[in-house]
Amino acid sequence: MPVRLHELAHCRAGDKGNVATLSVIPYAPADYPLLVRELTADRVRTQLARYVDGDVLRYELPLLPALQFVCTGIRDGGVTTSLALDTHGKSLSSRLLALELP
Amino acid sequence: MRTVRIGAGAGFAGDRLEPAVELAERAGLADVVLECLAERTIALGQQRRLADPAAGHDPRLLARFERLLPAALARDVRVITNMGAANPLRAGRVTRDLVARLGSSARVGVVTGDDVLDRLDLDTPALEDGLPLRAHGEVVAANAYLGADAVLPALEAGAQVVVTGRVADPSLFLAPLAHRLGRDLADPGFAAAGTLVGHLLECAGQLTGGYFADPGVKDVPGLADLGFPYADVAADGTAEYGKLPGTGGRLDRATVREQLLYEITDPTGYRTPDVVLDLRGVTVTQVGPDRVRVTGARGRPRPGTLKVSVGYRAGHKVEAEISYSGPCADRRAALAADVLAARLAGLPVRPRIDVLGVVPPDADEHAECRVRVAALSADAGVLDTVGHEVEALYTNGPAGGGGVRVFTGEVVGVVSTLVPRSTVTPAVTILGVGDARPAA
Repeated sequence: MPVRLHELAHCRAGDKGNVATLSVIPYAPADYPLLVRELTADRVRTQLARYVDGDVLRYELPLLPALQFVCTGIRDGGVTTSLALDTHGKSLSSRLLALELP
Repeated sequence: MRTVRIGAGAGFAGDRLEPAVELAERAGLADVVLECLAERTIALGQQRRLADPAAGHDPRLLARFERLLPAALARDVRVITNMGAANPLRAGRVTRDLVARLGSSARVGVVTGDDVLDRLDLDTPALEDGLPLRAHGEVVAANAYLGADAVLPALEAGAQVVVTGRVADPSLFLAPLAHRLGRDLADPGFAAAGTLVGHLLECAGQLTGGYFADPGVKDVPGLADLGFPYADVAADGTAEYGKLPGTGGRLDRATVREQLLYEITDPTGYRTPDVVLDLRGVTVTQVGPDRVRVTGARGRPRPGTLKVSVGYRAGHKVEAEISYSGPCADRRAALAADVLAARLAGLPVRPRIDVLGVVPPDADEHAECRVRVAALSADAGVLDTVGHEVEALYTNGPAGGGGVRVFTGEVVGVVSTLVPRSTVTPAVTILGVGDARPAA
């Protein structure tokens, strides 16, 4: 039964130049191993493929617990030169939460 | 153990004014820090300064300080801010004159030295794409991220208000903490702990429930009256975070964890001018209502290079829009987008064309869609054509289009580079009320 990430976790996007950061924080710590197993960097890159050109790095922070994704190469460029409506890419957090996990 | 209470009075240039005044009046703060300089803000300030030498600092500086300084100075709350932006000395003089008008003799410290435009090697590669800086366009601004060591001399000289240009956000907090607690910035353990305090507080309301609410999933009580956070920091760097009773918002493990990772590009070694911060050992504990303890920051010695934000002229941007509503609004908007793509195809520009809006499947009477075209070019004529073709949809496009708006503006692009620390020389100027004179 697929589950939407929005039901399991919250997320905040940040931006540094053409790099986007996305934290994924489970509401229930017990869901952290599921996220570690299923929410791979590849799956995040596929979900955000319209927006992200470069590599997606994943960091595991089990003490918090949380995952941190660092997306390099935002397709629209940095905040001033982007042609997108959301030039910061802040709404990428909600785009990511739309992802369905198997 | 003795603790120092430090508050966050602004998290960006456009932040609200009231929560800072509330904190200064009621929280018993030692220091309040107002972080008002996003990555692009200083380049925009340089752009304004080029047009007018008296401009370039935060345009809201005076309005913000007219509200905050009476409350802060009356209670000996020290104020530290980067609202100097691209013109810290001018910002300092404006502040000094306001302090004099308020009848106070408080000293104003100004931190300069971040502007390195005159010594930047334009053949240095940009971190983003490896191309030489000069290849991006005419460089108009270069500002190094100064650290807490640049701010400390102003505090040691007794400044009650400190105005800076580009200083790394957490360093604005680390400096007063080191000064109040008598700690050495060269100690990576303390620098890490103080940097973590600064990182958590620097976005102000983002720690207390701002930028967090998702109704029904993550609710935030009293969002309209969101209060800003403070931290009680002990000499060993341990910190507890709180907010004023009676203010809106929430401060708990969830809000803190979101802010903890915000804009962190490497949680194992996040580089600031003061320390390389490792967040892997951080734990977040709720110790009371709206009261959270955060511990476990580790640090490695500060890097030998400083990051420099470089602003360059990237041309102009046009954004043009038109609306469609009612039955089949989505199809008429899509047709308009296709027509625009065909009419703009011959231009030497790559426009981005989006159809925005919501079309509920069961309520198409309420559908409203907006076609948006954006383009970036150094050629004003090309951008004029883009805007004109959107306007021309009135009588040359699908039925019922309305509400055309066309916006154009100059774009300052931002790339980054690194320079050796030795090439940057911070300086502090103390402005006293005794030498007040009309600002030059």
